[in-house]
Amino acid sequence: MSSVIAMPSRTEWLQDKMFMGLSLRDYVKSFLNPTDIVIGLILVTGFPIIAARFMYGLGAVTNLSQSNPWGLWIAFDVACGVALAAGGYTVACAVAIFGLKEYTPIMRPAVLTGMLGYLLVVLGLFVDLGRPWRLPYPLFWSAGTTSVMYELAWCVCLYLVVLIFEFLPAVLEWLGLKELRMKLAKLSIGAIVLGISLSTLHQSSLGSLFLLAPTKLHPLWYSPFLPFFFFVSSISAGIGMVIVESTISHRAFHDQLDPKKPVDIDKLTLGLAKGGALILFSIFFLRLQGVADGGHWNLLATPMGAWFLVEIVGFILVPSLLFAWAVRYRNVLLARIAAVMTVLGIILNRFNVSWLAFRWDAPDRYVPTVAEVIVSITIVTIGVALFRWIVNRMPVMYEKPGYEGLH
Amino acid sequence: MELNRRTLFKIAGVAGAAGLAGRSSSAKASVHARSGAKGVLVDTTLCVGCSGCEAACSEANHLPEPNSPGDDAVFASKRTTGPETFTVVNAAKKSGPAGEDRYAKSQCMHCIEPACASACCVKALEKTAAGPVVYHEDKCLGCRYCMVACPFEVPKYQYTKALPLVRKCTFCAERQKAGQAPACTEVCPSGALTFGTREELVEVAKTRIYQNPTKYVHHVYGEEEAGGTSWLYISDIPFEKLGLTNKVGTTPYPQLTQGALSTVPFVLTLWPPLLMGLYTFSKRREKAEGSHEGPSHE
Repeated sequence: MSSVIAMPSRTEWLQDKMFMGLSLRDYVKSFLNPTDIVIGLILVTGFPIIAARFMYGLGAVTNLSQSNPWGLWIAFDVACGVALAAGGYTVACAVAIFGLKEYTPIMRPAVLTGMLGYLLVVLGLFVDLGRPWRLPYPLFWSAGTTSVMYELAWCVCLYLVVLIFEFLPAVLEWLGLKELRMKLAKLSIGAIVLGISLSTLHQSSLGSLFLLAPTKLHPLWYSPFLPFFFFVSSISAGIGMVIVESTISHRAFHDQLDPKKPVDIDKLTLGLAKGGALILFSIFFLRLQGVADGGHWNLLATPMGAWFLVEIVGFILVPSLLFAWAVRYRNVLLARIAAVMTVLGIILNRFNVSWLAFRWDAPDRYVPTVAEVIVSITIVTIGVALFRWIVNRMPVMYEKPGYEGLH
Repeated sequence: MELNRRTLFKIAGVAGAAGLAGRSSSAKASVHARSGAKGVLVDTTLCVGCSGCEAACSEANHLPEPNSPGDDAVFASKRTTGPETFTVVNAAKKSGPAGEDRYAKSQCMHCIEPACASACCVKALEKTAAGPVVYHEDKCLGCRYCMVACPFEVPKYQYTKALPLVRKCTFCAERQKAGQAPACTEVCPSGALTFGTREELVEVAKTRIYQNPTKYVHHVYGEEEAGGTSWLYISDIPFEKLGLTNKVGTTPYPQLTQGALSTVPFVLTLWPPLLMGLYTFSKRREKAEGSHEGPSHE
């Protein structure tokens, strides 16, 4: 490594790593495309609302009330965010623990989605918390060990570190730090095991949060099994999201795929569909078990009961059967439709527990403001923008030459 | 049904821990109840609806003045406590046995094992041995989980402030420390509020019921609700009519999450070796099949 010859100048480094090989002028120009313009417009709309929320309080932009203290930001950005980021640990478990190596090509995008998902969860919390700068308090300052929220804080914090660690190889390959990258390879299984353990804990804790609301959450959703339901459904969320995300990213970033090593994404989708069919089928019966345990069969005949059936039949049983049908007749499109339904079903479930079935009988129901919806869209958009930024630079969709077989 | 639940819990390795946790917690509850902690007995048959307690509360806690006490118009609609109103008196018009009006003051119940304190991830809410559930504003994150958890919907949030706090009745903890009674109980002219140690108040309440068996509802609200509360109510009309929820069971709220929290050590000790075992197994199978391509570094 002769520094005299090989050290690239700062401009060259910037051009190569940051501007995707373009000059600054061309790079700035490259933003003039529909996708980037839409992203920009959303951010320009969302940021002033977030600023207003910090200047004038939550009441200025949200419909939160004394009786509905948690709204869209908790229901969507936190509760759905954590579940939909489960693809990271689901695929990592399949590839590294069960040895299903054929899924290796979709592991990095899944881990990246997971990492960004959790960053967005923290961002959502940051907007929602009264004093977000105190976010480290439960970790280091004043440990409320009797609180599920305390456990959640630790798990999410540690898991975010694990996810960054799991994604670090892609960053090191991008920066060309080969030695460090090789050392990291030996530690990766430890990180994955820790990641799965932490995910088991906090995916279920998200459900445990609502164990303290037996009089407020509708009996069809309230169950001592809530933590168990949340954990098992996070696996189906992971599978659904990986199918949806890999379908989109393999189309959107098609030019990045290595033509010499074609990935049969259809075959992988059907493999995942098999897992999806099984897990959703068991979730359906677990949820019925919840009804049986509480002795709430009679409530199925009420309007909330109908809504419960919409969730567990329409968005759990039906996608399960569609997945099975797709596997049986090798119908990839059907598997993708089922995956979208699974993802919608998870969103529906988290919305129900934290919002729609919460104080269902109260006269003052919570409906989010347009501003709340815009902030949620803004947070997701930040994630999409980061995903694009990273995938356009780092080896996520392909194996970098010289690092083959390391994933 | 019970069998199913138990079986599942056993599979998760929870049953023993949850049982133990439950036992130790109810032991704690009885210790608190006997330790001379303070409480208030509200005899709603004596309350005349003067709202003097509201005014005294606002003064003691430096809150804005409440709606003019004694003005009958304030009873037209049901009011709730708020971030700047720690107690309110509501009327149940013409609900008494002879068609009289009945009134009930509402405020934080100061549970013996509070849901809010067990929900708080930074110990900003704390149950003190003296009785009051106090709030430490220097710790609060503003996550509002206490509001989700409280079965009586007591903690209120300052939604209109850039630096918001959770606010609720303090049971005049500072006054109590100085040997004074809570402001509301001191000012009550009709004898509806009695301040004392909780265990004595339970006896007072039961004595009143036994001595007037046809007058009172045979129940001391708060003796067992949510595992027991520092504030106790007796009444001659159903408690729901006075705005006291009948949905709360007798389980102390912290027990509801203890089972789930006790699985944490199990997961952290069982998962890693199990996963490593599976990993080794699939590695071996891979080697036996000779399916790995090239020299592996892992």
